[in-house]
Formats: sequence, structure tokens, C-alpha cells
Amino acid sequence: MGKLTREQEVYKRWANARKPKPPLVRNTIAAFLVGGLICTIGQIILNFFLSLGMNLKEAGGPTAAVMIFLGALLTGLGVYDRIGKFAGAGSVVPITGFANSIVAPALEFKREGYVMGVGARMFNIAGPVLVYGMATAWLVGLFYWLVHK
Amino acid sequence: MAEKRVGRNTVIFAECPSFVATATTVGKKEGEGPLAKYFDQVIQDPLYGESTWEKAESKILLESVQKVLQKSNYTFDQIHFMFSGDLLNQITASNFAAREIPVPFYGLFGACSTFTEGLALGGMAVDGGFAQRVLVGASSHYQTAERQYRYPTELGVQKPPTAQRTVTAAGVVILERGGSGPFLTAATIGRVIDMGINDPMDMGSAMAPAAVHTIVQHFQDTGRNPDYYDVIVTGDLASVGKNLAEDLLKKEGYDVTDRYTDCGVLIYKPDVDTQAGGSGCGCSAAVFCSYFFPLLREGKYRRILLVSTGALMSPTTYQQGETIPAIAHAVAVEMDYPKGEG
Repeated sequence: MGKLTREQEVYKRWANARKPKPPLVRNTIAAFLVGGLICTIGQIILNFFLSLGMNLKEAGGPTAAVMIFLGALLTGLGVYDRIGKFAGAGSVVPITGFANSIVAPALEFKREGYVMGVGARMFNIAGPVLVYGMATAWLVGLFYWLVHK
Repeated sequence: MAEKRVGRNTVIFAECPSFVATATTVGKKEGEGPLAKYFDQVIQDPLYGESTWEKAESKILLESVQKVLQKSNYTFDQIHFMFSGDLLNQITASNFAAREIPVPFYGLFGACSTFTEGLALGGMAVDGGFAQRVLVGASSHYQTAERQYRYPTELGVQKPPTAQRTVTAAGVVILERGGSGPFLTAATIGRVIDMGINDPMDMGSAMAPAAVHTIVQHFQDTGRNPDYYDVIVTGDLASVGKNLAEDLLKKEGYDVTDRYTDCGVLIYKPDVDTQAGGSGCGCSAAVFCSYFFPLLREGKYRRILLVSTGALMSPTTYQQGETIPAIAHAVAVEMDYPKGEG
């Protein structure tokens, strides 16, 4: 990126100062409520698996699977993007948002075929999350191993 | 030879081309907006019976072309050139529609400024005597643009209030030599302006300086004032860019507040999907063709300055951290044939 000229910087500052700000309070409340609701649903599902006699560790896997299924289903039905427009990070951060970020491109690129479309584009959005998530996990694991050796 | 240039950027037409007819096809959301009753056709499904959105965009352009021929009682044989463009890579919406159109074809890319770019070029072809009659069109489609420039449409993301929605629309006109008006009387060709904005969710701020540059240049070249026009219309600055453009024009000494509007502001009711307003090649094309053209014909307006505005970035350039260059072209459309030297 080239350095901005003085004229560009002056304009950019002026334009940025005048543009409408996102409604932060409203967005935060919406994210809190919807994010909380998604987590409550997750808790209900977790409790259900616990009631089947699983322990906490065992119940985690199937709970995540159900939440991913719900996120994918709502994406396929064309509902999740509407939730996202309302809730912002509230529906992006939970695991259902992760499902949405994979199913949305997969659906959309089906028309370019199953290999170069669905296969290649599925991780367009989620790819960076996976790469840096795994890299971070690996680094933390290494650190933990070194400390506890 | 009569001098057809004035100032640095402006051409004044000698044999002013006349607008014969217009046609528009728009999407559902546009068909629910404030201009709903003016469009020729509203499609309910973004796929419009096709297997892909890209095919649907070509189809709305093609159908608008067929419609404008039907309205004007001309056949393809009587059209000497077609000028058209869109937002897709390799302007495929226009190129693929043109497969079905047996007319010598110019594909244009000026991002959302394409419509006035086409009018200026088409006007020059007609005035220059290279064509008796030309077709000028532009199209855009919400889903095709969204997936190319931004995110998959089913992704749940919240747009900032500066974001705009790409209009699903095609608008086409026929220009000809020696009609009864309205007339294309002048065109000011803009230059590329980059004022350092790099947020693709804020194209209004990126394009406003280009629009202002072209408008100011138009006034300087022609010696006209804002009062000369009944209305000055920018293409798709939407609410954010429109406010900036108004203030920038004031700084340049031109107060246009009482006669200035923007197609991106006119086309939608503001909501969570449209945020600041509309954008896309089809925005100024459809709003001019459906709304302003009849108002000129009915005599409600006698002189309009239409300034379509384009943001010239691609996903590659903004991912590489480039700022957003922009362009704007202005055309003057007048009901009265200009008197004088001509």
C-alpha cells in the first residue's frame, strides 16, 4: 500500500468523521441476547445428553454435533443470514456461526461444481479460522508440554 | 468542423442524439421500493427461472433490450451499435446477453459509472455520424455482485451503516439521430480520482470526490451553474456519499442542495439490508430509465445532469491493501433542443 498524500489523509479524516457510526449499544445488546440464547439452547442439549447418563466430557461431542447441525440447517433454510444481520457477533461466535460460515459458501458455489466449487470454496471463510486456530492450539500445546516436562 | 469540445473534459453534441425509449427490469427488493410503479418489469426470484444468478442477470438485460425494441418499434437491424457493461469479471452479464443480440457490440467496464459512460460514447457515435441509432444499457444483480465482491449471500454478517446493496436491475435506452427528445446535449468525461478511502463497505466516501470533480469540471467547462439544471442526480453515492458530495460541492462554491439527489438513495426504503442505499451499474441505469426519463417526457423536468459514479476496485486490490479509485461521468439530458451555434 502506497503512503497516502496529505490531501488524501485530510479527506479521509474528514469523511470518516462524518460517516454514520454503527449503533454500538443496540448491536451489543442484540449480540448478547442472541448469543446467550444460542448458548442456552446448547446447554439444554448438553443437559439432555447428561440425562442419558453421559458424563460432561462425553456429552460435549454430541452437543457440538447437534449445534453444528442446527446452524447448517438454518443456513440451508435461509434463516441464519437474517439472524446474523440482527445479532452480528452474537451469531458469528458460537459454533452455529462456524457451521454457517462453511455451509454458506458450499451452497453458493455448488453451481461451479463439486470439486472446484463446493470442494475448493467451502473453507473460503472458515479456512483462516481453522489455520490460525490449529496453529495457536499447537503453540499452546508445545508451551504446555515444555512447562510440564 | 464545428468544435464539439469545451474545456478540459466536456463534449457538446452538435447533432444532439435523442432518447427514443427506455426499458427496465428490476429485482423484488427494488420492486418493493419507492420507485416500484415506474419499472417495466419486476422479477420475484433472483434466479428468474435460470440455473445460476449470472444467467439471470444476462436474462434481465436481454429482456430489457427486447422490451425497448418493442416499445420503439425498431428491429435489431436498425440498431448500429450496442454499448453495455456490468460488474462481473470479464463483464460476462453483458457479453453473454449480447450472444443473443445480433448488433455490433461494445462491452464497457466503468463499474457503476458504466451507464453514463455508454451514453457519452453512444452519443458521440450518433453525433459523429457513425451510427443512426444505438442501444445503451447496464446491469447489475445483488447476488452475482455480492458473491464476487463480498461474502456468500447466506453468510450471517452485519453490515455497517455505510454499506450499500447492489441493485438487481437492468436499464437500457435507444439513442438516435433526429428524434423528438429528450436530447443528450453534453457529456463530461471524468478522470480517475483516488482520495485514499480503502474500506469496500464505504464506497460512497470513495466515490464522492470523483462525482464532485466531474460536476465541478462540467460547470467550469460549460460555464453553467447548478441553476441551469432542474435536478442533478448522482448514480450510487447513497446517503453517506451524497452528504459528502453536497458539502464538497459547497466548498467548491456550488450550492446544489435544493436540486440534488442520488439514484442509490431513491431506489430503496432504508432498512437493515440496504443500509446507506443502492449501488451497481443497474442503479443509475434503472432509475434514470424508469423514473427520470418519463418526467422529462412529461415536461416535469426540462434539464437533468446525470452523474453515474463507479468504484474501480476488485477483491484482489482491496485484499492487497490498495485504496479505492473512483470515476464519474456526467451527461446532460434536456427536453429542449439547444439553440445557438450547434
